[in-house]
Amino acid sequence: MEAQLQQLKEEALQKIEASQNVKELNDVRVAYLGKKGPITDLLKGMGKLPAEERPKMGALVNVVREEVTEVLEARMALLQEQAIQAQLEKESIDVTLPGRPVKTGNHHPLTRVVEEIEDLFISMGYEIAEGPEVEKDYYNFEALNLPKGHPARDMQDSFYISEDILLRTHTSPVQARTMEAKEGKPIKIICPGKVYRRDNDDATHSHQFTQIEGLVIGENIRMSDLKGTLSVFAKKMFGEDREIRLRPSFFPFTEPSVEMDISCFKCGGSGCNVCKKTGWIEILGAGMVHPNVLEMAGYDSKKLSGFAFGMGPERIAMLKYGVEDIRHFYTNDVRFLSQFHRTEV
Amino acid sequence: MLVSTKWLAEYVNTQGLDPKDLGEKITRSGIEVDAVIDRSQGMTNVVVGHVKECVKHPEADKLNICQVDVGEETTQIICGAPNVAEGQKVIVARPGAVLPGGIKIKKAKLRGEESNGMICSLQELGIEGRLVPKAYAEGIYVLPETATPGESALPLLGLDDIILELGLTPNRSDALSMLGVAYEVGAILSEDMKYPEAMYTESNEKASDYLNLRVDAIEENPMYVAKVVKNVHIKESPLWLQHRLMAAGVRPHNNVVDITNYVLMEYGQPLHAFDYDRLETKELVIRLANEGEKIVTLDDQERTLKSNHLVITNGKEPVAIAGVMGGANSEVHDGTTTVVIESAYFAGGSVRQTSKDQNLRSDASARFEKGVDPKRVILAAERAASLLAELAGGEVLAGSVVVDELDKTPVEVVVSPDFINNRLGMKISLEDMTSILTRLKFDHQAANGYLYINAPTRRQDIKIPEDIVEEIARMYGYDEIPMTLPVEESKPGGLTSYQAKRRQVRAYLEGAGLYQAITYSLTSKEMSQKFALETAPVTELLMPMSEERSTLRQSLIPHLLDAVTYNTARQADTVALYEVGSVFLGETESGLPHEQEHLAAVIAGKWVDHSWQGEKKAVDFFVLKGIIEGLMELLGHSKELTFERAVVDGLHPGRTASIKLGGEEIGLIGQLHPSEQKVRDLKDTYVMELNLAKVLNKEVEALYYAPVSKFPSITRDIALVVDSEKAAGELQAIIQLSGGRLLKAVHLFDLYEGEKMEPGKKSVAFSLTYFDPERTLTDEEVVNAHNKVLKALAEQAGAELRG
Ligand SMILES: [Zn+2]
Repeated sequence: MEAQLQQLKEEALQKIEASQNVKELNDVRVAYLGKKGPITDLLKGMGKLPAEERPKMGALVNVVREEVTEVLEARMALLQEQAIQAQLEKESIDVTLPGRPVKTGNHHPLTRVVEEIEDLFISMGYEIAEGPEVEKDYYNFEALNLPKGHPARDMQDSFYISEDILLRTHTSPVQARTMEAKEGKPIKIICPGKVYRRDNDDATHSHQFTQIEGLVIGENIRMSDLKGTLSVFAKKMFGEDREIRLRPSFFPFTEPSVEMDISCFKCGGSGCNVCKKTGWIEILGAGMVHPNVLEMAGYDSKKLSGFAFGMGPERIAMLKYGVEDIRHFYTNDVRFLSQFHRTEV
Repeated sequence: MLVSTKWLAEYVNTQGLDPKDLGEKITRSGIEVDAVIDRSQGMTNVVVGHVKECVKHPEADKLNICQVDVGEETTQIICGAPNVAEGQKVIVARPGAVLPGGIKIKKAKLRGEESNGMICSLQELGIEGRLVPKAYAEGIYVLPETATPGESALPLLGLDDIILELGLTPNRSDALSMLGVAYEVGAILSEDMKYPEAMYTESNEKASDYLNLRVDAIEENPMYVAKVVKNVHIKESPLWLQHRLMAAGVRPHNNVVDITNYVLMEYGQPLHAFDYDRLETKELVIRLANEGEKIVTLDDQERTLKSNHLVITNGKEPVAIAGVMGGANSEVHDGTTTVVIESAYFAGGSVRQTSKDQNLRSDASARFEKGVDPKRVILAAERAASLLAELAGGEVLAGSVVVDELDKTPVEVVVSPDFINNRLGMKISLEDMTSILTRLKFDHQAANGYLYINAPTRRQDIKIPEDIVEEIARMYGYDEIPMTLPVEESKPGGLTSYQAKRRQVRAYLEGAGLYQAITYSLTSKEMSQKFALETAPVTELLMPMSEERSTLRQSLIPHLLDAVTYNTARQADTVALYEVGSVFLGETESGLPHEQEHLAAVIAGKWVDHSWQGEKKAVDFFVLKGIIEGLMELLGHSKELTFERAVVDGLHPGRTASIKLGGEEIGLIGQLHPSEQKVRDLKDTYVMELNLAKVLNKEVEALYYAPVSKFPSITRDIALVVDSEKAAGELQAIIQLSGGRLLKAVHLFDLYEGEKMEPGKKSVAFSLTYFDPERTLTDEEVVNAHNKVLKALAEQAGAELRG
């Protein structure tokens, strides 16, 4: 019986060694160690042995059984590991294949510029005011110190709907309307919107374009406040290193009136094609609110003063992003629009 | 305004200052210098030549062989100009010369004859053709006999000059004259002025003996001065005068006309010269024209006048349109011997109206419109008389014929230095302020803490204290203003709820894959009402620039479709755009159209394109519908949202719906009609438009949390067989209404219309979720609720459960 046991053991070990996968090995386990296997049979057959041999034989069978089990388990671990490896190999993918696109659109570049400006001024306590695009001559011109027949009206050839109604030529009528509504109280607003002028569309002109204006009215608002505010704006929009300079200009609704240049963000002031070799770029018009404008809206120009400024998001976008033709903003070419996808903050 | 720096230097000392730097100083202190133009344009080697001999080229009819003395030698030059002749002093570009445009002159052979240089026209020296005197317009320019062969021709022609081109704002019409610019430059440089001289010997005869003057329209013409000059000799003006005019952009004609133009440029006071004899009546009467009265002006145009146009007449008929243009009948000509010089003050508004009606703008009208200096009316007349005596040999009759009711009182402005400093946020001393006023030549006095200023009449833009603030600031320097921020009660800024929501709508749509478009508000009348959500009258421009841009839009869709066509024609696979913008509906009580903010979107082409994994899908109705549903969920309106089949002109009749919120129509969605798609060369394109203002202004329930339940929900699926026409939305509504309070969700998960179905029938499958947040539902409860649903479906929609 001992010899039989030895032979069984050799056989089992050989088959374990020969097993090539988990299934074959499991078959070996069932065949040799299972309830119907030869080792169990041997144990069952121990009843026939003399009583004194039984413990010895039992111990021997158990040793063989443990030995076989141990080898089998080791082999099993190996085969399982190989199986997992094979599985992983089979499941491996080409990670360089393209991912499933998440298609998103984006803001129009003008909206991008407008919102950036809005947010900057909101952080300084401004509100956003809006108004109609079709306006009364009164708000578009007269309330802004541009009476009928004023020579400065030539500066803005307009689209009239009737004698008294026109497409607004600037967003300033929103200022006039806000002043009228606020009845003499302080104001701090930004007015973005579409405006219209009688221009033939070309690379630098558009009969429709956007404007952003700002208006602050309060006690003792000074020109230095305007300069400081514009400097904050220039640095935020065009970089911390920007310097500003004011040049005298003329707008009927402000006195004094100025134009603001910023130091060229491309060359830093040494002169390049962006700044036309001057080192400076004209960005916006501004000034102290004309007393006639204040008085017409019911403000006491002796007690209150204010400043206003206005700029064109098209011009800012053209400068910032190097856009060479204003018509791109209104063609809505997806190849143009989609270039304004990434964030800049 | 073109300012010759050489001419300017006659009135104010600019010595040692580079014209570029001068330009920069002028720009920084008030008047923008648009350009600094070098008249020499880099020319070299252009000299005076004397044509000693001029014979026809034996081989070429139109060429002349000239022997020209150019100072150091006499050399042969071939010239093709018709007006070249022996004895002339001409402009010669020597071999090696460079002309404007980089043209290099070399020795050459023309038809076998050597040519050592070129005899030049003014155009070849870079002078615009419209400025060249008519006599030389078609050929070479002939210099005065006094020119010395060999000397440089550039100074003779004033081409060694730098021009400052001023971009004048409407308030600074005072700088529409050389003297005005000189005042400005004098103030900037703290330099004194030299004024032009008017010196002549008066004749014994009196002007008033020659001419009667009457003004019948004193409001339009408060001041009129006429001088009479006898025995003038009409000829070419001296070269210095001609080239100054050309530098200022004026074409020389003859000495009399040139003198009036010269004084106009010098003083900013327009003058006019009449031929005294051609007036015939020895009388000038200034009056308003008779309606329909006619005059032929200097440009040979017959013009019909209106009754508000001011005319100069000889007492019988018009001889000039006041301030705009003279008449041909009284024009100075080669035989003129006696001239009447008019210097007048015509009211700006009147000239502006006439000039606009006649569509005729001139150097004169431009100045009258903005208001000339009342004090220069007489000065300019005297200056012209003096020049006529000097340059035309004229005899100036004593005195002037004058009507003068013009108020020349200067405007007094009273302002305190504190006011100036408060407005600027600065601390400029009184001494600095008065020094600036002195430089500006503003008559002023400081007393009792105020500055009393008499604004000079040449500066009609100075009227109120703020104007003085500007004068002080610009002369002191804007760079000196400190930077501060407004000091005020601190208040939070921010967006209104509407504005904030609109930003979220944009972000949502962009997240969903749409690009923001901005299109024009003006469209053609034909397109203006297409796809409009409401019927309203159109708003049209009075004078459109084109039919394409004549009317305000009532829908955003047409221009978005144009963008789809544009992009599709450029191989775009997918076009997905949205726009937020106003539409313009009819007319309200205020006379303005009602502006309504709308949202529109268009999609065309591929929607999902991930083809290597087999995912590919074209846009369809439900892609766009899903975007709207998601939007309404974002805005808290999904429960009120319904879609109903609708018919809209231009959209596919079977694939169009109106969008409703709480039963109220707020928009439309649909596929572009196949025939429209064909016209626009588009594949399937879907559009939608919403009245965004209405949606964003709609009230929303406050957001309130519902506890997340511990109890499970129970789901039952049903497949229904119904008539093909039965709308899924109707079935869903029946389920929702009949499901009772336990039915929490209904989800359509399958739709089948095919061979396996009886004709005219389709199968629709829903998944119903039952749920009670308080407890676990029993089977019986679910069965009861579910049976009610099935019963309602059978009764109301004839739906059968699919076997
Ligand atoms: Zn630069």
